[in-house]
Amino acid sequence: MTVRYSELIQPERVHGSLYTDPGVFAEELERIWYRTWVCVGHVSEVARPGDYVRKAVGTQDVIMTRSADGEVSLLLNRCAHRGNLVCEDARGNSSSFRCPYHGWTYRNTGELLGYPYNQGYGGKGKLSLGLGRVPRVDTYQGFVFASFAADGPSLKEHLGAAAGELDRLARLSPEGEIELTAGWLKHRAKANWKLLVENETDGYHPQFVHGSVFSVTGSHIGSLYSDKSTAVTRDLGGGHSENDLRPEFRRMGTPMAWFGTSEAKVPEYVRKMRELHGEQAEEILIEGAPHVMVFPNLFVAEISVFMIQPVAVDETVQHVTAVQLKGAPDMNRRLLSQCVGSVGPAGMLLADDSEMYERNQRGMAARMPEWLDIRRGVGRERVDENGFRVGTANDETGMRGFWSHYRSLMEREDAQ
Amino acid sequence: MSSLAGHTGLDLHEIEEFLYREARLADEHDYDGWEALWTDDALYWVPAGGPDIDPERQMSVIYDNRSRISTRISQLKTGKRYSQSPPSNMRRLISNVEVVAVEGTDTVAGANFLLVESRERGTTLWAGRTTYRLRRVEDGIRLAYKKVVLVNSAEALSTLSFLI
Repeated sequence: MTVRYSELIQPERVHGSLYTDPGVFAEELERIWYRTWVCVGHVSEVARPGDYVRKAVGTQDVIMTRSADGEVSLLLNRCAHRGNLVCEDARGNSSSFRCPYHGWTYRNTGELLGYPYNQGYGGKGKLSLGLGRVPRVDTYQGFVFASFAADGPSLKEHLGAAAGELDRLARLSPEGEIELTAGWLKHRAKANWKLLVENETDGYHPQFVHGSVFSVTGSHIGSLYSDKSTAVTRDLGGGHSENDLRPEFRRMGTPMAWFGTSEAKVPEYVRKMRELHGEQAEEILIEGAPHVMVFPNLFVAEISVFMIQPVAVDETVQHVTAVQLKGAPDMNRRLLSQCVGSVGPAGMLLADDSEMYERNQRGMAARMPEWLDIRRGVGRERVDENGFRVGTANDETGMRGFWSHYRSLMEREDAQ
Repeated sequence: MSSLAGHTGLDLHEIEEFLYREARLADEHDYDGWEALWTDDALYWVPAGGPDIDPERQMSVIYDNRSRISTRISQLKTGKRYSQSPPSNMRRLISNVEVVAVEGTDTVAGANFLLVESRERGTTLWAGRTTYRLRRVEDGIRLAYKKVVLVNSAEALSTLSFLI
């Protein structure tokens, strides 16, 4: 059966089967997850030569390694002999991997080093086998991206305007670099991955889903997404979208208010930033961090970085860690603490998001009305000075951008 | 009590009574009763990825000081903490209780637990080893520290917003 995506994805509504049909999920793996650029991790996770860490691209088990010459590789965790896992540990440091089944060894760039009792193969160096390698690996602001397609748009082209948001994150560090060195929480949701992606820049839900924590902490986050907010939702093209909260932070005009703190609490950080950036420091410290969903799986929510991993049509794992700013230890403690309180299985924000994903998945089992509505704000969208479609803080502009790009990838005949 | 620990340490029976009560209050969502067990210098910790991470540098599932415990409880009490509204039905067994150390007025105890959680998502089995720091005070015993090491802390976890 051929899925007719142009019928299931319409400008103001999308069909429920896109979230529940295992056939759609299988096609997504091929046309999105094993083709476009997918974020895998960050170079700071494999800082030293020999470092490795197990990762996932779609449902693929991948080892991210750093070789002696500093190159980052993504190797498929599958012995070329009998398909056994060559790496069992979550992370470590080694220049090679040894398959425990028959002792085949591989360099951490994937090439076969040896196989025991080699006369059975006619001697040493007779086999031109190796670990599978993700064909294209590239980095941007230290984020490592993978593409299983040997050819296609470059990472720069894929990121498009979203690249600027990653720049905005990195410039918050006094050394211009972020690090993702705090380890990852892994949060499992019985829900389709697209529900997570759509929710990340949905400014309509926070006041409802997160009202419980806003009310007890006096958080200002709810008001950023209210009907009175001057913040906007922007379709950045390429399926990327953001909640641009800068208009609200500029209105407040207070350095560090974006982080819910004041400069008095992080004097060393603020001093370093002013020293580095001079007059421009005020703008950086006022505007804060981005809130951007990079298609299909990297979500930066100001202080937290999420990577969305599809597991099955109705199951997703969300990986999350705290942003750490190189050269800012006083900020990093606070970033970690605030992040731990907010995200993951027990997080005061994300546990409730995840509850919504799961209820959403169950709700869609109902036969009617079949469709999910994504029209909010269609009538009041505008095009900004850079040509991007913009809605209010709580409009569904980001979702429409996501679906438009999704459709273009899923409909391509040459993918079949 | 004429135990070796004298008048400061707790004996095993006292410890078990406290642990069972703490477990029942958590299972039954008696949020005020559970919060009242804690000392002012409380620490409630569920590490992620393994038992020995540095919580000041690494991500934890929960790493609450007294103030954050209070926020967590207040959020649950709003009735709009949707991941616990409706609340999970659950019961836990506590066993293998051991006294690890006696330090002044504090007694450090360890115990295993097995918890069955039921909610619309389905039934989830949680298990692990908990370390408690219990303090004798004038009117009873208080909880100063609780570290819960889940057996599956390195895996992806379902939502865990009840009191574990």
